[in-house]
Amino acid sequence: MISVRKLWKEYDGQVVLENLNLEVGDHEFVTVVGASGCGKTTFLRMLLGEEQPTRGEFLIDGQPLPDEPGPDRGIVFQRYSVFPHLTVLQNVLLGLEFERAPLLGRLFGARRAEAVEKAEAMLQAVGLYEARHKFPSALSGGMQQRLSIAQSIVKQPKILLLDEPFGALDPGISADMHRLILRLWDEHKMTIFMITHDLKDTRLLVFDKTRLDMQAPEAYGATITYDIPLHVTTPALLRELNEAKTRTERFADVVAVGG
Amino acid sequence: MRRLINQRPNGVSAPLLGALPFILLLLVYIVASQARLAENPNDKLLPGLDSLVSAIQQVATEPDKRSGALILWRDTAASLVRLGTGVAISALAALLFGIATGALPYARATLSPFIAALALIPPLAILPVLFIVFGLGETSKIVLIVFGIAPFIMRDVAMRVGELPGEQIIKAQTLGANSWQLILRVITPQILPRLLDAVRLALGAAWLFLIAAEAIAAEDGLGYRIFLVRRYLAMDLILPYVAWITLLAFLTDWLLRVANAKLFPWYQGGARRS
Ligand SMILES: Nc1ncnc2c1ncn2[C@@H]1O[C@H](COP(=O)(O)OP(=O)(O)OP(=O)(O)O)[C@@H](O)[C@H]1O
Ligand SMILES: [Mg+2]
Repeated sequence: MISVRKLWKEYDGQVVLENLNLEVGDHEFVTVVGASGCGKTTFLRMLLGEEQPTRGEFLIDGQPLPDEPGPDRGIVFQRYSVFPHLTVLQNVLLGLEFERAPLLGRLFGARRAEAVEKAEAMLQAVGLYEARHKFPSALSGGMQQRLSIAQSIVKQPKILLLDEPFGALDPGISADMHRLILRLWDEHKMTIFMITHDLKDTRLLVFDKTRLDMQAPEAYGATITYDIPLHVTTPALLRELNEAKTRTERFADVVAVGG
Repeated sequence: MRRLINQRPNGVSAPLLGALPFILLLLVYIVASQARLAENPNDKLLPGLDSLVSAIQQVATEPDKRSGALILWRDTAASLVRLGTGVAISALAALLFGIATGALPYARATLSPFIAALALIPPLAILPVLFIVFGLGETSKIVLIVFGIAPFIMRDVAMRVGELPGEQIIKAQTLGANSWQLILRVITPQILPRLLDAVRLALGAAWLFLIAAEAIAAEDGLGYRIFLVRRYLAMDLILPYVAWITLLAFLTDWLLRVANAKLFPWYQGGARRS
């Protein structure tokens, strides 16, 4: 259970997020959309513990969020989130080795074999088993993202954060990946926050600016303007949301031209 | 006709083009040397190829009258041991301090200004100090090399650590890594090939400091020999020694490059840049 109460985030004078209030239950799939630069990644980075809120509360199961990243919250970035010096299998093993070998960060013998078995099962699930001995540089973008997902999920995180994980992939592959994520979400029962640009039928959070001062664009931040529960999104609604998204972008343009 | 920037030499012409300046230099030398020798057969400045060859032959195959050693090989071994020790110590120090300052903010706050200051001291200016403190033996020469190149490699390593994508460091933490594991499994393995690259860049400076130290106080070594025979204007020995040092420098660089590609097949940076 994640609770956000009256949360504000500012970067030296610039309000990025204002007055966020949100409750997300266990095993929910939350899609986050919003105009570019409105603070979606900032929100995720606060969940991750990489950034601290300026004001307000961020609670997980009633406890304040730890102030650094940890194994209960996994992340998949748009890029750079696999380790180029490790093979596919080693990339997935890494999380298990961190957990079970505090000193060397490496497993040997029977303990390694056991971890390898688990990692290989995970690779099967994301369709990378055949490529398990390749280095990431030999994988396509989509395969790298699947690897990054496998790497996180093998740790069984309570929360999985995805920041435009398929943003760099073409739409067909992106749809496949979306199905994969939904399946893994179902199997592993974690809470997912996914920032994306194409809207699907999940609980949807829309970040937008409700106030804008042309003279001082920094003065107001974005907040959650829509919080739409699972399975009620209609094409018309999605269209309206997309328009809401572009509205702030248009404002941003006007300010840039005027100032 | 394609633009000049799009015209590339092919597999045959590229090495030929590369050899051209060398051949030209050799020709110019031969012509100049012959012209001078024709004027004055005792001229020492540009000895003919035959005297160069016989000089090499002598130091490489005939035992020295005084010490009984084959001078070229003894000099080479002495210099390479000094160079190798100095470079190895520098690389190790750079790995330790570079990674510590690159990865740990407290280590960075404590050590970075100090390392930056060390790097600014002209190494040759403290060479007398080294001779006084460590004596005229091997230690002072090795310390000079370390002093000359370690701060540079350290700062390079620290910078490379900083250049690793932040996403990777965050990701490793979400996989449960503690600081030590992160350094051991994520940072160090990715820094090693970059360290080899930095060492390659530092080798030129290492040779400079080695030869400077040997020129001032030594009993053997390539630099020592050059400065010794300079007194007799023995260009027939100096020139081959310089060529030999150049060849050694080239070979070490090549060896490091090949080692980098073999040891770290995932690392394309080195291959692309060189
Ligand atoms: N470390 C930082 N220091 C100062 N300002 C920052 C920092 N990080 C983000 N910002 C600002 O916060 C705002 C929100 O950035 P954020 O990355 O969260 O946007 P986003 O919604 O993820 O956009 P996109 O869809 O383009 O990824 C931007 O105006 C950005 O300039
Ligand atoms: Mg973003």
